[in-house]
Amino acid sequence: MRYIPHTTGDVTQMLERIGVATLEDLFVEVPESVRLKRPLDIQEPASETELLRELKALALGNATPETHKSFLGGGAYHHFIPTVIDLLISRSEFYTAYTPYQPEISQGTLQAVFEFQTLICQLTGMDAANASMYDGASACAEAVLMAMRLTRRKKVLLSKALNPRYRGVVATYCRYLNMELVDVAVAADGRTDLEDLAAKLDDSTAVVVAGYPNYFGVIEDVAVLAEKSHEHGAKLVTAVAEPIALGLLKSPGELGADIVAGDGQSFGLPLAFGGPYVGFFAVRQKDVRGMPGRLVGETTDLEGQRGFVLTLATREQHIRREKATSNICSNQGLCALMATIFMSLLGKQGLREMAEQNLAKAAYARKQLSGIKGFSLVFDGPAFNEFVVRSEAPVAEVLSRLEEAGILGGIPLGEDYPEMADCFLVCVTEQNQREEIDALVAALQGGAA
Amino acid sequence: MTIVGTSGLVLNEKLLFEHSDPGRKGYSLPKLDVPAAELPSDLCREEIDGFPELSEVDVVRHFTRLSTWNYGVDSGFYPLGSCTMKYNPKVNEAVARIPGLAGIHPATPSHLAQGTLELMHRLQVDLAEISGFAKVTLQPAAGAQGELAGMLVIRAWHEARGSKRSKVLIPDTAHGTNPATASLTGYDVVPIASDGVLTLEEVEAHMDDSVAALMVTNPNTLGLFETNIEEICKLVHERGGLVYCDGANLNALMGIARPGDMGIDVMHFNLHKTFSTPHGGGGPGAGPVGVTTELIPYLPGPGVEFDGEMYQIETPRADSVGRMLAFHGNVGVMLRAYAYIRTLGGEGLKHASEMAVLNANYVRARLEGVYDLPYTTRSLHEVIFSDKDLEGGCHTLDVAKRLIDYGYHPPTIYFPLVVKGAIMIEPTETESQEVLDEFCDAMIAIAGEARDNPELLLQAPVRSRVRRLDETTAARKPKLRWQETT
Repeated sequence: MRYIPHTTGDVTQMLERIGVATLEDLFVEVPESVRLKRPLDIQEPASETELLRELKALALGNATPETHKSFLGGGAYHHFIPTVIDLLISRSEFYTAYTPYQPEISQGTLQAVFEFQTLICQLTGMDAANASMYDGASACAEAVLMAMRLTRRKKVLLSKALNPRYRGVVATYCRYLNMELVDVAVAADGRTDLEDLAAKLDDSTAVVVAGYPNYFGVIEDVAVLAEKSHEHGAKLVTAVAEPIALGLLKSPGELGADIVAGDGQSFGLPLAFGGPYVGFFAVRQKDVRGMPGRLVGETTDLEGQRGFVLTLATREQHIRREKATSNICSNQGLCALMATIFMSLLGKQGLREMAEQNLAKAAYARKQLSGIKGFSLVFDGPAFNEFVVRSEAPVAEVLSRLEEAGILGGIPLGEDYPEMADCFLVCVTEQNQREEIDALVAALQGGAA
Repeated sequence: MTIVGTSGLVLNEKLLFEHSDPGRKGYSLPKLDVPAAELPSDLCREEIDGFPELSEVDVVRHFTRLSTWNYGVDSGFYPLGSCTMKYNPKVNEAVARIPGLAGIHPATPSHLAQGTLELMHRLQVDLAEISGFAKVTLQPAAGAQGELAGMLVIRAWHEARGSKRSKVLIPDTAHGTNPATASLTGYDVVPIASDGVLTLEEVEAHMDDSVAALMVTNPNTLGLFETNIEEICKLVHERGGLVYCDGANLNALMGIARPGDMGIDVMHFNLHKTFSTPHGGGGPGAGPVGVTTELIPYLPGPGVEFDGEMYQIETPRADSVGRMLAFHGNVGVMLRAYAYIRTLGGEGLKHASEMAVLNANYVRARLEGVYDLPYTTRSLHEVIFSDKDLEGGCHTLDVAKRLIDYGYHPPTIYFPLVVKGAIMIEPTETESQEVLDEFCDAMIAIAGEARDNPELLLQAPVRSRVRRLDETTAARKPKLRWQETT
């Protein structure tokens, strides 16, 4: 076995030094009654060549943006990934290190996390960000729990226009914490319905949660949501599943959000069927000590040099145990590094340019699609790079016809929104060339006629 | 004695933001091929204040330099107890980057995602076989999220039976995540004492009809097998509870004994420990959860099923506790773990566990008598010493810092809490006898230095890029982000 260096001679010598006769003797404490008395039933070992051959063959069973024209979004986005990212994270000092518990030999990770925290603060307009969460949905759930702790209230208002998968994870995390989860309706423009919100907001409300942009690609009026929430002493959480939008949109911090939770997948992470991605989590200065997750802080060493350490650990599970702000331990460190490298490369101009391209491509696609007979746009609110299309023909038929034309046309909405069974969600990014959009339009025209 | 650690030229590097120069670019995008569009101006921000402007060269050099300030498994021996820092095979990295696997969108219809779904299904089946559970879900992103999933399942099972139990028993040797997880599922934590291993009597004394579950780690955090596990599980079951096992230490048991066969009801795996996926400086990991047949209806999900012809994302079960993440979990991590299992095969996994246990016992044999060994029961995959016999006013922390000068990543220190000044060493199977000998020589030399010249320990490390850092000030006046000083 190439990963295990022991020769038979080594094993004999080592057993001798330990003072036992056989390997079996090392397991004397494992009772006979629980021993596995047969070999594990697992496929025979594969050599490196066989493994790669087999897995590459299996991979051909997958449709990707390389094999299909893809318009799938809904919380995971096909964006430009600079070549630099994978080469840098392949420095094994980064990817084979553990959590930086020993700061003297972990300064690389620690400084990069400090930079990640800073970039997330700049992007979201918030004061402090943690070292990462699992993904946008679990970050959103942690934000709800934090708001519950800050307000000591139990009622949670979730916009129905928040990504349904995020809503699902919030429900999982709140399942046994005696919290009340209430949906807030969607208005005709695709934004959270402010009248319904006003009717449901009261002084027992801990938090209001809305997407920015929301699941339908529509840009919420965060300032109004914040104002209404704050009138009742509730917190506003904005969930950002598509952070490229923040290259262009006002930051949630500027608009009054109390907690910003989001996903950094768009920042240079491969789609990878849903993960690993990276959750980000940012708060106001006054709430720093109530936040979940690891934090890196700046300090100095014995000789006065600048250095970085994990800090404010008294919030965390290994110190606070059952009173911790979260049970999170491992996070998505390497993914946070990828996002950090992405933001460094794109920088001030690049993120804006990329956001503008997404906006333009989606606007173009929306315009072209709106002219096709049998299809209509559902919402008229300001949108970023996604939008909802209503179809006269059954959605499943439409999407499967598109598949035949080599197009992944969108995500059907019926499963999550039974009232929108005739709708699907289309995402257009800077990766979709004009020809691809035109091909989508042509395929839809062909079928609807 | 060969000392691995030495001094060399290390380069300083500023923060990204301190390098930034207006007008520099590190990217290129294609020219926009559609008409430009605009949003209402009241929705748009000014430029992102403080965001860096760097060339590609600036960025590459920046992160390359930072990487040299780190220590990884590829740099050297990393005996961090309870973390199983084994070698991260390179072919696994290649597997995760196969374009068809890395590039697939999570909302791709099942019939166009057969490659990934089949691999996920195979991994579910293999993990179930290794652990002895009826079914495994792959969704949780890390060990702690696996714990949360598992404890939610336990609570859902109780609720479905109308049982209103409110407490969870957790031994004092548990990982810190266990109590935090129990709280997240709305349970009160009752800590119970163990004397090395958990006794039936101790569990019996606390196990009444208010207790929903016992959370154990087996082998436990002292590296000892919980010898009474079968009787304990039986007792907990008789009294209406369930047993959760933290699977962080599964590396001791593959092919030797299966938690599912011991009476345990739920266990999480740490793919980033036992199954060789890299820890990435803090993650990503993956924390699949295995359960008995009775608990299958409550599993989070959806997972992957095979109907004999096609692999499918399951239809969510009515009694499921729900989803843990937006999509299907850390699939990239799963692919690496599958590649590892496929490379080792059943016998290889057992061999890995045997060599891991051999290595821990070898380190123990070499250091016993030099360092205090608080528990003398036969160790499995890790061994715990204490600083009790250390001279010169030196403590565990000082040994750890001095090990850095010798070129090693320190062991886990001050954990488990039941051992004062704990030094927790987990060598894993991927280290050779030579490496272990060099490490043990260093440990012995350090004990001698503590006696003869304690300043060497108290001032350590001196060879690292930075010296000991002021953690107190960092916590008292937190500076968590860079800000322009004007």
